Amino acid sequence: MAVLPKVQPKAWLERLKAQPQDERAPAPASTGLAAVVRKEFADNVNSWRMIILMAILVVTGVASLYTAAQTIRSVVETTSATPDFVFLRLFSGGSERLPSLTAFVSFLAPLLGIALGFDAICGEQNRRTLSRLLAQPIHRDAVINGKFLAGVLTIVVTLAALLLSVGALGLLMIGVPPTGDELLRLVAYGVLTSIYVAFWMALAVMFSVMFRQSATSALASIAVWLFFSVFWDMLVGLVAGEDPTGLYLWLSRLSPGYLYSEAMVTLLNPLVRTLGPVTLEQVLGALEGVLPVGQSILLCWPQAVGLVALTAVCFAVSYILFMRQEIRA
Amino acid sequence: MAETVIETHGLVKRYGDFTAVDGLDLEVQSGEVFGLLGPNGAGKTTTILMLLGLTEPTEGSIRVLGHDPVREPLAVKRLTGYLPDNVGFYDELTGRQNLFYTADLNGLSRKEAAAQIDRLLERVGLTHAADTKVGAYSRGMRQRLGVADVLLKRPRLVIMDEPTLGLDPEGARAFLRLIRELADEGMTVLLSSHLLHQVQAVCDRVAIFVKGQMIACGRVEELADQALAGEPLRLEVELSPCPPALLAELERLDGVESLRRLDATEHAADDELRRPVATPQGAGESSVRVELVCRRELRPEVSRLVAAHGAAVMHLTQVGRSLDDIYRRYFAEGGDGDGRPSKGAA
Repeated sequence: MAVLPKVQPKAWLERLKAQPQDERAPAPASTGLAAVVRKEFADNVNSWRMIILMAILVVTGVASLYTAAQTIRSVVETTSATPDFVFLRLFSGGSERLPSLTAFVSFLAPLLGIALGFDAICGEQNRRTLSRLLAQPIHRDAVINGKFLAGVLTIVVTLAALLLSVGALGLLMIGVPPTGDELLRLVAYGVLTSIYVAFWMALAVMFSVMFRQSATSALASIAVWLFFSVFWDMLVGLVAGEDPTGLYLWLSRLSPGYLYSEAMVTLLNPLVRTLGPVTLEQVLGALEGVLPVGQSILLCWPQAVGLVALTAVCFAVSYILFMRQEIRA
Repeated sequence: MAETVIETHGLVKRYGDFTAVDGLDLEVQSGEVFGLLGPNGAGKTTTILMLLGLTEPTEGSIRVLGHDPVREPLAVKRLTGYLPDNVGFYDELTGRQNLFYTADLNGLSRKEAAAQIDRLLERVGLTHAADTKVGAYSRGMRQRLGVADVLLKRPRLVIMDEPTLGLDPEGARAFLRLIRELADEGMTVLLSSHLLHQVQAVCDRVAIFVKGQMIACGRVEELADQALAGEPLRLEVELSPCPPALLAELERLDGVESLRRLDATEHAADDELRRPVATPQGAGESSVRVELVCRRELRPEVSRLVAAHGAAVMHLTQVGRSLDDIYRRYFAEGGDGDGRPSKGAA
């Protein structure tokens, strides 16, 4: 592991203080980035679309938590023993009437990402603020980097708030504290979901650079989302036939939603031991058992890396397009 | 003492086959109000974007305040304020919040910014609307907020693209006064416009653009001399009363080439946009308007002669020396009717 440089708060503070002395001193290049992040984050948090999405998340969160708790109680009543990983079941357990919290989140995650990103650049262009913004002494990439970072920050804060409040409520309802293993799994789940939302945001930002109209950009993102969530399965079924291994799995894994759901299931269900095809011989002698959290993470690592790569590609494309874009008022 | 603020050499910008700016050599001195004048699509905005480093030139070199906008865009943008054509703000923020964002982007401390924002809002007359959302601002208010936004970084050079477009006459006048004030404070102002009269009113020097080329540059009077060189002077005189002897003597005056009586509705200026004006009632039939074509300045002689005959000069104008005429002259040379000031003659 790399050795971290020693933090020297005093010297650092002094350097900070010394900076504003020279009046025309060139502001550090990061000033622009920080300013954009601050403004965009404030905008994200205050915007109506985020308030609406948060309201939906809170309602579904409470509802699914309630049903999960009910289910757990009924299980406990019949078996009179605490089932394994009961705290995780608060998040992943649903009932026939209402899906689990994680199902809701995986459904709403793309929407959240698209809402955060779809008018990032074209909205700025339509409001005619882009040329004014770029005439300020900031690097051009500070705008797109700042918007992306502010979006990621919003996602992390939103998901952390959601998971923490659901966890706290669940604790009150069932009274079983989470084990360390469960906590780690939940953190990993939060990180994974953040990456997934960030992917959709990066995609939406990319469309917002490509298209001049916010509505077109939003529709393009939603089209991609619908394509992968509805049509991709059918197409894969048509192409790969009935065999649920090999080509089928390979094609399915091109869909970011599929990657996410695989990784999510692995993280939240310690009983999942493999994500690939399993032969009958392998299953025959196997002992039923749970994986430790490290092994689960290892199992879904490729999926997580795939999501990060997709996000990076989308962001890189939007970055390049934006840097080359002609800024006409 | 005059320092060169903007300097371009052989500046060219091509978009595919289309040449937006073609071989521009421009020099602007400090403390000047410099006008880029030309019809829509003449390359004014492209030039401005290149000066700011927002667009890269295809060929040629630029120096703005000693910096190259292509290599050091930040240095240029730190010293240059830009008011884009039809400036936009974040509608959901108040005027003050919008300015705070700009201050933040310029690395001003919060305290410093607050004081300066108050002062600037006061200056542009928006103190009362400082905490109203910009969405509720009128066009003129946005434009004034734009000026405050530009001045926030204490620029040495201010570039304005069509700053008075869409303002009512009073608003435009106030705006021009503000531009003049900025120049008097030592700022250099570069503005683009197709509104001739405003450019004439406020600019020290003017460059005329047609199809990406600067076809003339200089002070308005110089341009007139340049463009109308060899053209005889034309005077439009209204006399009341007008004895025939006077007309005869006027025609005989040294330097007069010809004399022509004008109809009541006719104007010496061949300005087809102007509506024929009926003769004012008080003047009656006794007043006569004539057009004199002369080789030299004859206004003093004409008025003296008229007075000697006991008549009065009701009206005496030199025709064909306004920027309007110069502009039209250049476009006539510049080629087809495309370059006609379409909305220009306000």
